This record gives sequence, structure tokens and C-alpha cells, in this order.
Amino acid sequence: MKYTIAVLVENKPGVLARVASLFRRRGFNIESLTVGTTEREDLSRMTIVVKGDEKVLEQVTKQLNKLIEVIKVSDVSKDAVERELCLIRVNSPPEKRGEIIELANIFRARIVDVARDSFIIEITGDEDKINAFIDLMRAYGIKEVARTGKVAMVRGGKNGK
Amino acid sequence: MRAADAFIKALEKEGVEVIFGIPGGAILEIYDALYDSNIRHITTRHEQGATHAADGYARASGKVGVVFATSGPGATNTVTGIANAYMDSSPLVVFTGQVARHLIGNDAFQEADITGITMPITKHNYLVTDPKSLLRIVKEAFHIASTGRPGPVLVDIPKDVSQADIEFEYPSKIDLMGYKPKYEGHPMQIKRAVELIMKAERPIILAGGGVRISNAQKELTELAEGIPAFVVTTLMGKGAISEYHPLCLGFVGMHGSKYANYALSESDLIIAVGCRFSDRTTGNASLFAPNAKIIHIDIDPAEIGKNIRVDVPIVGDAKRILSQLKKMIEYKQRKEWGDKVKEWREKYPLKYEKDGFKPQFVVEKACEFFPDAIITTEVGQNQMWAAQFFKVKYPRQFISSGGLGTMGFGFPAAMGAKVACPDKEVIDIAGDGSFLMNIQELATCVHYKIPVKVFILNNGYLGMVRQWQQLFYKERYSATCIGCEKMSFEKIAKGFGAIGITVEKPSEVEDAFKLVKENYDVPVVVDFRVDFKANVLPMVPPGKGLKDIIEVEV
Ligand SMILES: Cc1ncc(C[n+]2csc(CCOP(=O)(O)OP(=O)(O)O)c2C)c(N)n1
Repeated sequence: MKYTIAVLVENKPGVLARVASLFRRRGFNIESLTVGTTEREDLSRMTIVVKGDEKVLEQVTKQLNKLIEVIKVSDVSKDAVERELCLIRVNSPPEKRGEIIELANIFRARIVDVARDSFIIEITGDEDKINAFIDLMRAYGIKEVARTGKVAMVRGGKNGK
Repeated sequence: MRAADAFIKALEKEGVEVIFGIPGGAILEIYDALYDSNIRHITTRHEQGATHAADGYARASGKVGVVFATSGPGATNTVTGIANAYMDSSPLVVFTGQVARHLIGNDAFQEADITGITMPITKHNYLVTDPKSLLRIVKEAFHIASTGRPGPVLVDIPKDVSQADIEFEYPSKIDLMGYKPKYEGHPMQIKRAVELIMKAERPIILAGGGVRISNAQKELTELAEGIPAFVVTTLMGKGAISEYHPLCLGFVGMHGSKYANYALSESDLIIAVGCRFSDRTTGNASLFAPNAKIIHIDIDPAEIGKNIRVDVPIVGDAKRILSQLKKMIEYKQRKEWGDKVKEWREKYPLKYEKDGFKPQFVVEKACEFFPDAIITTEVGQNQMWAAQFFKVKYPRQFISSGGLGTMGFGFPAAMGAKVACPDKEVIDIAGDGSFLMNIQELATCVHYKIPVKVFILNNGYLGMVRQWQQLFYKERYSATCIGCEKMSFEKIAKGFGAIGITVEKPSEVEDAFKLVKENYDVPVVVDFRVDFKANVLPMVPPGKGLKDIIEVEV
């Protein structure tokens, strides 16, 4: 089972290392981890996807809460908007360009760089959508993929804080 | 004002009485400022010794232990002591010097990334990058180390930060957004606990080190009497109730008595207080107390449900919660259970073979001669014999490295405990191997007239490992003979300027103890040349349940 947790932390040097070190030391399995600042300059939000059962989720949450710079830990596995950003460099021989552009449009992806024989395509969405798009691109020859890992936010009025 | 001077002033404000440490280049500014202060500094002979001494000081006094070390090797030498304090929730603040800010990251002389290194073994740590934040950080460090579940905090101070010029404005308040320990137990959970207690037929209290930390001996004893419930303790919990109390069954786990382990295993309700259900206490967790409901009281929510399933979790301070529980429960006689435990107690007492010169005999006699002494231990057989045969009366009387199991802890810890409690006799019950690991601190004890006593149960082996080799590795004694019977701890002690005594047979033990008593003011090392074959029994083999216990055959 995969869980997505949102962690609100003080925006200080070393916090990311502390969180990462906690996961490593306790043997928790991080699937992805993203960090960025929030609406407040002194706070950052991490979105962590972790693999395990409910017991693991409970320990992850409790151990994270013990870190002095961690302000709030929420399980946002359910009822959250989850997005990931992905950049794909794909071969684009002239005879295939039209097809690729068409597919990109269907997925609401954008072509952000055009070279003589390749495109860089930017796509955002949930994990499944991105996986599906990458699969389609394989046919043309993928040269490079860069994914951000998930960011998440609870739906509706709750602000997850 | 020079930041170093402001810093020392801040320590004075925090009520620091004594610092253990060793100076060096990166922390020189601070040592220079210390020169004008009344705070006592004890220069140990190794930074590991300093950290364990501060830990022993903290455990004996309940105050925060303070350590100074220089950058690089000074800082890395504190690592074992910090990890040890972390595992046993001991409040320490370790101040390390660091190279100047502009050199950080350049592999400068004596640079080590000590905040990176100690991240997993500190409750929190800081690298002071702005001189203006130094005093706030000092304040926070003491606060974090000593509140909630205590633990070590490290503050790394670059040399140029301690040289900077700052105002002395010591903050009076602390506001840490992410750190708000919870002391009151949840009323609903307390109510549920009371219901379980009233229903229970075979209740037992499992007391851990948290009882000492929250100073809850009185509350625990009253609750035990009020239910009534027998009490077993973890190694860290020794002293949570007087071991002379009729309800106390002593310590449980891998080397606990058979009756204590039986009582815990057969209970129908365990009230666990300030303990973390370590594998040394529970044996095989899946076989642990199969018929018991479990109430777990702990200040650290992460401990609840970590190792053992829990029916009623109560997060908060043990002292408050125990006294609340006491008020809400009613006495109920449980004669059958009382009789059963009494029967086990009579049938399976702690015992040992009496032929030859047995280490257990030394410990038993020490307990007779020094019943009020603070006992520290090293790690290994000596530690387990001390736990089994030295009955303690009060909470901070037994000081031992539980979580990390650090050989070399006991002696410097004894030194720290003696500094904290100069009026108490302080004895390190040692193994020959462990004592050698920080023996250099004898020089410190002699120099500062810190008259601790060391009783070495000298078996010439890394005894506990030898025991495992005997029992589980077909008597293949790989690398455990260290031959200490061939050297003279008596002469070594004398060489350091302490008193040294050698004891070869049981009939000499009492005289040796009398000599120790007469030399209250001097460090004394007694080398007891005990039978090297003695084993610690009973024993629950690793991976087995608590009832699957190997006993002494006498
Ligand atoms: C620093 C350290 N190194 C190794 C060990 C592993 N170890 C556990 S007990 C033990 C033997 C201890 O020997 P000694 O101090 O002579 O005590 P005894 O068991 O003989 O009483 C060893 C090596 C340890 N606990 N700590």
C-alpha cells in the first residue's frame, strides 16, 4: 500500500536532511519526496509518498512529529488532489512529429522545446496519467525522463494544516 | 560583548554547575570565557568519558548534563556518549567547537560535520550560523533536552561565531512551533484504563526508565498498593519501586528472574509505564503475554504500539497519570493471583552455584555492605549480575547503559554521579573488558579527588560474549579471551595514584569492602578474580518467549 503524507515544516537549513535521515534510519521506504515553500516564507511543505502498511504509516507519522522542526503531519492519501510534473525528451523524426503533437494535445501536455530530431514535452497530472503518457511515448524512443514526485493538497475547505 | 562571554553567562543563567570536557582550538574562545566563571569544569581524559560522565551526572541528579568538546576529533569522540544518552533518554547538551564559518565545507583542519553525524542520535541539533541566534539556541537546547522525553541536544559553534560581538539578551520565553510536549493524559483513556484495572484478575505493572525520569516512584508505589498489583521493572526501571517492597518482583526480560517473567507472561493486564518494550524485555514479541490487555503510559506517542500491541494508550507524564489513576481505582483482593505469584517466587528464586569464587557472591555482598550506594554498571555479565543481585531502594540508585549497551559507560558515569551526589558512595560494578575501555578516567578521578569505587568482576574474558559462544556457538571461543587475570589492576590503579586491591577468594571479600569503606575519600579499584566460567542465568535465549527460560542447575 502507498500512502501520501503532507508534512509542514519550518523552512530551515537541514530540515530535509533530518527527514530523509529519519526515513533511512528507521527503514521506512520512501517512494518520492518533494519540497517547496508555502504561502508563508518561514514554512515549507513536503509531500512524501511512502510504501508500507498501516503500522508503518503510524510510525512514520509519529516519528516525523517528534522532529522539532516538523509542525504538522497529515495523511492525505484519501481525498486529495495529487499532481506530478514530468519532462520527457522523445525522438521526433519529421514523419512522426504530427502524431506526437496530437498525442500531447490529448493529454494536455505541452511541447516546451523543439530540436532537430527531438522534443521536450512537459506533462502534469496524477501518476497514472503520466505513466500512460510515458508508455505511449516509448514507441517513438524516449531519450530522457525527469519526474518531480508527487505534490498533494486535500480537497475542499480543509487546508491540511 | 564577546559571544563566548555571553554564552558562558547564558549557561550560568541555566543553572549549569559543572561541565565535562576537553578544550581545543575551535572551542578555545569559550574556554577562555569560562576562565572567569564559577562554573566548575572537569577536564576528562577522553571526550567519550566526558559525555558518559555528563550522562551519569544527569541520571543521578535529574539535571541536564553539559559537555564541551572541540571540533573534529573532539566532537567525533563524543558520538558514542551521545548515542548512549539518546537510547536511554538522558538529558545532555553537548557544545562542540566548529571551524570558522568561511572554512565550513572545505575539509579544513579538524573539521567534521558533527551535526550531520549526530542527526540520528540526538533529539535535536544546531549549527550556529549567526552569532545573534546563539543565546536563543542555548535556551532552546536546554529546553528541548530536558522536557518531554528527554534526550541529548548538540550545538555546534563555529570559532568565529564565538569570537563575534553580540548583545547579552537572554530570551525568557521559548516558542517552538513544532515542539509542544503533552503532559496531561487523555481523560477518556484514563477512564478506560481504570475500567480495565477494576476488571483485571491478574494485574501487573511493568515499570521502565520513564518512572525515574518523571520522578514518579511514590505515585507508582501507591498505585501498586492501591490496586494491588505486582511490579516488575525493565533494566532502566530498576528503582521505580523499592526492590525491598513486597509487591516488587525485580527485573524482567532476558535475564530477569523466572518468577518475574512468569508473572508478566501469565498476567491478564499489564500497566506499562515509561517503558519502550525493548526486545531484551519482551523476548519474542509475538509470544509476549498472550492473555494480557495492555495499558501503555508514555510521554512519547511514538513508543505506543511501536513494538507491542496496546489496548489503552495514555500519552503524558507518568507522575500525573499514575496519581490520577490512583485516585480513581479501588482496592480489590485477588488472592488466587497473589498465591500463584508467591508460589513461583518460592519455587524459582534467583540462585547460583556456590562452589569457587562466584561473581554473584561479590555483588550480593556489595549490596549488604553498601545498600544505599549509587551503582553504575558496565556492560555484559557484570551488568546483569548487578541487576539481579543488587537490590536498590530509590529511583536514581541504579545507573546502567540499557539501550545502547555501551562497554566503558559505567566508570565515567560513576564519576559524573559522584560529582552530582558527593555525599553518596558511588560504585561501578565492572567487567575487566569494559573497565579497560575508559580506564584513563582514573586519572581524572585522582586529579579532581572524585572518589568513586570500581569493583571489577575479573573473569579474564569478554564474559557475556563468551557465555553466548558457550551456549549458542558450540563453545567456539573466538576472540573473547582477553587475559586480564595476567595483569594487575591493583598496580594500574596505583600507577594512576588510586588505591588498588586484589581479591582472590570469597573469604577476602569482606575485608576488601571494609577497606573500601575506610577510604571514602579516595578512588579505589578492587580486582575480584572470580571464576571465569560463571554464567548469567536464568536466561531467555534470543528469539524465545519469556517463559522459555534456561535455569541454573544447582
Ligand atoms: C563498546 C562495546 N563493544 C562491544 C560490545 C559487545 N559486548 C557486549 S558484552 C561484552 C563483553 C563484556 O566483557 P566484560 O566487560 O569483561 O564484562 P563481563 O561480561 O565479563 O562481565 C562485549 C564485548 C559492547 N557491548 N560494547
